Amino acid sequence: MNFDYSEEQQLLADSVRRFLQKSYDFETRKQIVGGKGWSSEVWAQFAQIGLIGLALPAEHGGFGGGAVDLMGVMEAFGETLVVEPLVPTVVAARLVARAGSDEQRKAVLPGVVEGRLKLAFARDMRGVLGAPLADSLVVFEKGSLFLVAAKDVTMQPHRALDGMLAADIAFSESKAELLKNNANQIVEEAVDFATALVCAEAVGAMKFACDTTLEYLKTRKQFGVPIGSFQALQHRIVDMVISCEQARSMACLACSKVDQSESANERARAVSAAKIRIADAARHVSQESVQLHGGMGMSDELKVSHSFRRLTVLARAFGDADFHLQRFASL
Amino acid sequence: MDLNYSQDELAFRDEVRAWLQANLPADLKEKGERYEHYTKEDLLRWHRILASKGWVAPAWPKEWGGTGWNVVQRYIFEEELGYAGGPPLVPFGLSMCAPVLLRFGTEEQKKRFLPRIYNGDDFWCQGYSEPGAGSDLASLKTRAARKENHYVVNGQKIWTTLAHYADWIFCLVRTDPTLEKRQEGISFLLMDMKAPGITVRPLILMDGAHEVNEVFFDDVKVPAENLVHEEGKGWTVAKYLLGYERMNTGRIGESKRQLARLKEFSSSKANDARFRDRLTRLEVELMALEITNLRFLDRMRRTGQPPGADVSMLKIKGTEIQQALTELALDAADPHASDAFTDAVRRRYLSMRKTTIYAGSNEIQRNIIAKMTLGL
Repeated sequence: MNFDYSEEQQLLADSVRRFLQKSYDFETRKQIVGGKGWSSEVWAQFAQIGLIGLALPAEHGGFGGGAVDLMGVMEAFGETLVVEPLVPTVVAARLVARAGSDEQRKAVLPGVVEGRLKLAFARDMRGVLGAPLADSLVVFEKGSLFLVAAKDVTMQPHRALDGMLAADIAFSESKAELLKNNANQIVEEAVDFATALVCAEAVGAMKFACDTTLEYLKTRKQFGVPIGSFQALQHRIVDMVISCEQARSMACLACSKVDQSESANERARAVSAAKIRIADAARHVSQESVQLHGGMGMSDELKVSHSFRRLTVLARAFGDADFHLQRFASL
Repeated sequence: MDLNYSQDELAFRDEVRAWLQANLPADLKEKGERYEHYTKEDLLRWHRILASKGWVAPAWPKEWGGTGWNVVQRYIFEEELGYAGGPPLVPFGLSMCAPVLLRFGTEEQKKRFLPRIYNGDDFWCQGYSEPGAGSDLASLKTRAARKENHYVVNGQKIWTTLAHYADWIFCLVRTDPTLEKRQEGISFLLMDMKAPGITVRPLILMDGAHEVNEVFFDDVKVPAENLVHEEGKGWTVAKYLLGYERMNTGRIGESKRQLARLKEFSSSKANDARFRDRLTRLEVELMALEITNLRFLDRMRRTGQPPGADVSMLKIKGTEIQQALTELALDAADPHASDAFTDAVRRRYLSMRKTTIYAGSNEIQRNIIAKMTLGL
């Protein structure tokens, strides 16, 4: 039993945090979101630090890591509200690694690891995260996985609630390269992997929301005293912190079970349980963080309104609480 | 990161589980499953079985009968003990009075009381709350006046759990009512429940059960040698006990057993999506609390730091889960049934409302977290 990150995992998370603190402050993020919706310099840095290849096979330039290796990184992403599409790219790339032929892997994975290629993964053809940036799409259709070049797809790009780039996609006579038939299990595994990462990201966003709200309670004065001296508010922030701790526990469970489970059932149970708790916690923490900020919580100027948006999206990403309640009960 | 127990820890758990299964008397286990109340004899029987195995006070120093287990082993043991069912180990002697004596008691006090606590010879209760001193414990008024080599005690305690079984009571009393700082006039005193002038009066709670009492002190003579630590240092003693590392605050093992029971007798509702979702959310909350508990434990093991306000979090979540379990059980029960078991399930719902109130209400626990962890 050990809940710590390994030295390498901690070093990586720390260096990502340092990079984001330096180059991804809230103002920079605003410019990125208000502009193209992503930054090629930031993406190149992610590749340079080794984030993109961290959970991809070593034979194609990656590091062969798993969800726990990315967990600290995702927490840092959540704290900073990073909009670059790491999860879509990594999940799609892992599908290519698992389902593709040697040739397909060689054609795609080194480029992904080096930051030259970005991918997206489509199950539902609406709201495909990261699709507008992707060079290729990994598409799951009728039990089979295909690789489709983005230029062969019709896209309706839009911004998700949290400013991330997404698109509705459609195919017409599009060239699709088969990766694998009967890919249900592989896709389920990849989606569980993505869900675990999203859980870790949500924990980071919740940590930010709790920290910034606590800071506000200590500095905002009304009636001549910091509002954090009021018990009604103290108890509410305590409950936020408890939610966040419970969520963190479940993110640990999801990430470690995704890496270490002996059965698909064990993995799925852990991931669904985690997503239920984290969806509930994300709702609770985000709503309270805005409420305790009063009017300022509503303001676009404050980062807390952006963590609210991110948490609202993450609570629903890869299945909301209702979906996972259903799935958990069926396992 | 590895959420699994080590091979050694798993072997330890299996050993504990097997022994508990083999040695918990069937009638006591069944009594628990029927949600019947345990008698004093029931409580002491299980206590003595564990004592004869050497497992009744794992946390004590070895010289007094402790097992020398590390924090993880102690947690595993407590969880298994809860999971096994059977009567609870009453904490007042084993994990409240004894740690205080071990920390602050004289050699004579340790020799006099600890072996008898260990063997179940003395049944202890706790005299803290008073009618005017609940959450605001430091406002307590029970007066102990020093007269030569003894104290004369007058006043009243309330909510005194199992005082009607007890041979001894440890009390917070006011030895100096003149001090401006209220905490400084409080002392920690041990009293023989058979002493003249002590009256125990039952308080029947809404489930109809007699667990708690009022205890009245009317010119009770207490030998001065029964004072623990120095006069006026009772608050220090009480605070030490609050921070004392208890492994079982979240009652994970007990709640796991209740969850399994609930799943059994709510099986007719397995296809009721509304009920099922509530049950799943509760199961997930319990999973999360177990991992949270293990995370705290892991941190404690590595840093050697006492758990501090982490315990408050476990208390809040643990008791919320315990209550939610009884509420779901109530909803799973046939509303028209009148058999003894269904009646016990209903009464249990009533009874467990106490958990978020006792041992520092959950509101007080939130105050502690706000102050200690968040610096508010």
